[in-house]
Amino acid sequence: MLSRAADNLYWLNRYVERAEAMARILGVAHRMSMQSTHGSVGRNDEWEAALIIAGCDKSFALHGGPATRRAVIDFLAFAPDNPSSIHACLKAGRENARAMRAQITSEAWESINAAWLEMRTFSMAKVEADGFSTFFDWVRERSQLFRGVAEGTMQRDDAYRFMRLGTLLERADSTARILDVKYHVLLPSASDIGGAVDYYQWGALLRSVSAFRIYRQIYRDSIRPLKVAELLVLREDFPRSLHACFAEIVQILQYLRESYRRDYPSVRLAESMLLKLRYDQIDMIFTGGLHEYLTNIIDSNIELGAAIARDFMQPN
Amino acid sequence: MTAFDEMDLGPASQSQSQTGQSQSQGSAGVRAPYRDYKRWLDAAPGDMLARRRQEADLLFRRLGITFAVYGEGGDTERLIPFDIVPRIIAAKEWKRLRRGLKQRVKALNAFLDDIYHKREILRAGTIPEDLILKNAAYVNHMRDVTIARQTYTHIAGIDLVRTAENEFYVLEDNCRTPSGVSYMLENREAMMRLFPDLFAQVRVAPVGHYPDALLQTLRDSAPPNCEDEPTVALLTPGVYNSAYFEHVFLAEQMGIELVEGGDLVVKDDVVYMRTVGGLKRVDVLYRRLDDDFLDPKVFRKDSMIGVPGIFGAYKAGNITLSNAVGTGVADDKSIYPYVPDMVRFYLGEEPILANVPTYVLRRPDDLKYTLEHLPELVVKEVHGSGGYGMLVGPKSTAAEIEAFRAKIIAKPEAYIAQPTLALSTCPTFVESGIAPRHVDLRPFVLSGETMRVVPGGLTRVALREGSLVVNSSQGGGTKDTWVLEEDDSDDIKAGEDD
Repeated sequence: MLSRAADNLYWLNRYVERAEAMARILGVAHRMSMQSTHGSVGRNDEWEAALIIAGCDKSFALHGGPATRRAVIDFLAFAPDNPSSIHACLKAGRENARAMRAQITSEAWESINAAWLEMRTFSMAKVEADGFSTFFDWVRERSQLFRGVAEGTMQRDDAYRFMRLGTLLERADSTARILDVKYHVLLPSASDIGGAVDYYQWGALLRSVSAFRIYRQIYRDSIRPLKVAELLVLREDFPRSLHACFAEIVQILQYLRESYRRDYPSVRLAESMLLKLRYDQIDMIFTGGLHEYLTNIIDSNIELGAAIARDFMQPN
Repeated sequence: MTAFDEMDLGPASQSQSQTGQSQSQGSAGVRAPYRDYKRWLDAAPGDMLARRRQEADLLFRRLGITFAVYGEGGDTERLIPFDIVPRIIAAKEWKRLRRGLKQRVKALNAFLDDIYHKREILRAGTIPEDLILKNAAYVNHMRDVTIARQTYTHIAGIDLVRTAENEFYVLEDNCRTPSGVSYMLENREAMMRLFPDLFAQVRVAPVGHYPDALLQTLRDSAPPNCEDEPTVALLTPGVYNSAYFEHVFLAEQMGIELVEGGDLVVKDDVVYMRTVGGLKRVDVLYRRLDDDFLDPKVFRKDSMIGVPGIFGAYKAGNITLSNAVGTGVADDKSIYPYVPDMVRFYLGEEPILANVPTYVLRRPDDLKYTLEHLPELVVKEVHGSGGYGMLVGPKSTAAEIEAFRAKIIAKPEAYIAQPTLALSTCPTFVESGIAPRHVDLRPFVLSGETMRVVPGGLTRVALREGSLVVNSSQGGGTKDTWVLEEDDSDDIKAGEDD
């Protein structure tokens, strides 16, 4: 398989996953802002947090203006010049798919192409009129539909493997950021712990990664930060957890190593990350500092992305 | 002048038929190759064609989506209209055409080898030296470069027009990167889906093996330094090229990688493609990229779509480029009048396929004749293309003709002139029903270890009444081209030497 093809397919899925993550982040911020009677009236905390999670706080600041609901949603969802906006992600995803038209199934192509064509009909004005949640749900459903169609129609070949890698790296990044920022933003307000705000905040965090019910199922307990972190970082059976993402990343990379019989540094890096996630315990992680732990994972994940690019997409 | 009609016997032909020509047998007024088709058509319900055309529209719109996705706007321009009435060629006619095509391409390859090496044809004075050596399409870098099998144009598309029963003329040779073969294959696919019953009644020689024949030709052309089974790839300028659909299609059909310049890297004069399993050596490159853009180290320095160093690898015998570099000089309009002479010079044979009679205006006699007959001639600029530097006498005003006359007198060597031909017409399904429309034909000639011509080609049709312009940009469409099989012979299918 050509390196360029692997690159395009990997980014196709990364962009689709990023669009979905963006919709999740915005959806939760929106939900929180509607519950702001519980203590954060008039503050833009939620929207600033959304910018930080999305890694767009600096580029937003360059635009000037306060982080109001309208400004942040417009920037993260529609700004064509923000490369991380939902608009830009679906466009880039579709461009990558278009270049690889012959490598993916027509169903998968039609799914991403339709998503992009429909995206072009949305605008800030339209979404404001029709309701934000409808739009965020639409993005999430489109992303899930695309992955589902790919899963249901594509041959399990290298094309599919690189698509999966794109999804998993992006998802791990997104989960780590959401947890890191929320934890950072939420925990200092110690007075709120156990209070209503706390409940809604952590609940919203869980909802943003579709984990609210799963948490209840697993822990049968009130929402406690330690357990939320455990679920999102260490539980292998939760599909958006770091552990689950890296388990599959390693599986795919090991397969590629076997089939090409080459020594890829990226495989070793992923294996070492998985080992940590498999044996670390949440108490120890909190003792050492969750923020430090997550920062480390986010950095390693970036390094892994670069290593995958070097190994597979830019061979010399 | 009435144009030759491919299906219906005109009054002239009918008088011929009374003298005992074979086409007088069977359904009256229909030429032999169309007889089975006509019988089927006559028996079919009246609205059948209209319905099938609707189906065809749907079918092609679906295929059309495939064409259209490559452009953001103006997508429909890429949808070339498809006509559901086939253009039919008899087995005997085809055999003669095929012999003529092979002969012509063989001579063109011999010519290219000669002018980049011994230059015998120039020393013999058969072609004026400056016409070659000062030609913009002559590539000096190719001088004395040894290439596999001395074959330059592995894939040639020869444009033919017909004017009478046994009169085919070569309109032009395409020796660089001829396109359109995907339409030949897609059109047949569509026809077989639309008219399965028809294919049961008329024995049409298949064309579906073209990708196999092409792959075999490319493998045959492996460079001297290739020891193992050659790795073949198709080099495309990229997704924005108008023929990108065809590149994807052919790569897919042949099961080879479709690469762009950035996918290839040259190390120590060896060409590799970047794959997820590391660098993989490439031996034969079917490149759909013009010479100019191929290697920024040698040709256009601003080429972003080429492969730096690939020409060095080519000269070192480590890769075959298909077609070779520098083939453009063989299909230049100024060289075209000399192709019949090439056939005589290299093969010692009389050309089977004739050129359109051409006046070479650097020759005083031809110039004199042309200036006297401008209103009835077509004058073409030799290095021009796309009809920009062109005069169509019968369709021009006196003032236009005089203006062009001045241009010719100022620089006669820049022009050739030809009579306007009465291109044959073929029944075509238009708004008003079936009506005659002008057609041309581009068969594809493959030169590897053997020469292969798949029985068929791309028939282009001028959909506007009376129009002679078959280009898709100016209202042209395409048709499926049927070569009939002989009852007791399958050699048409094989397409090998006669």
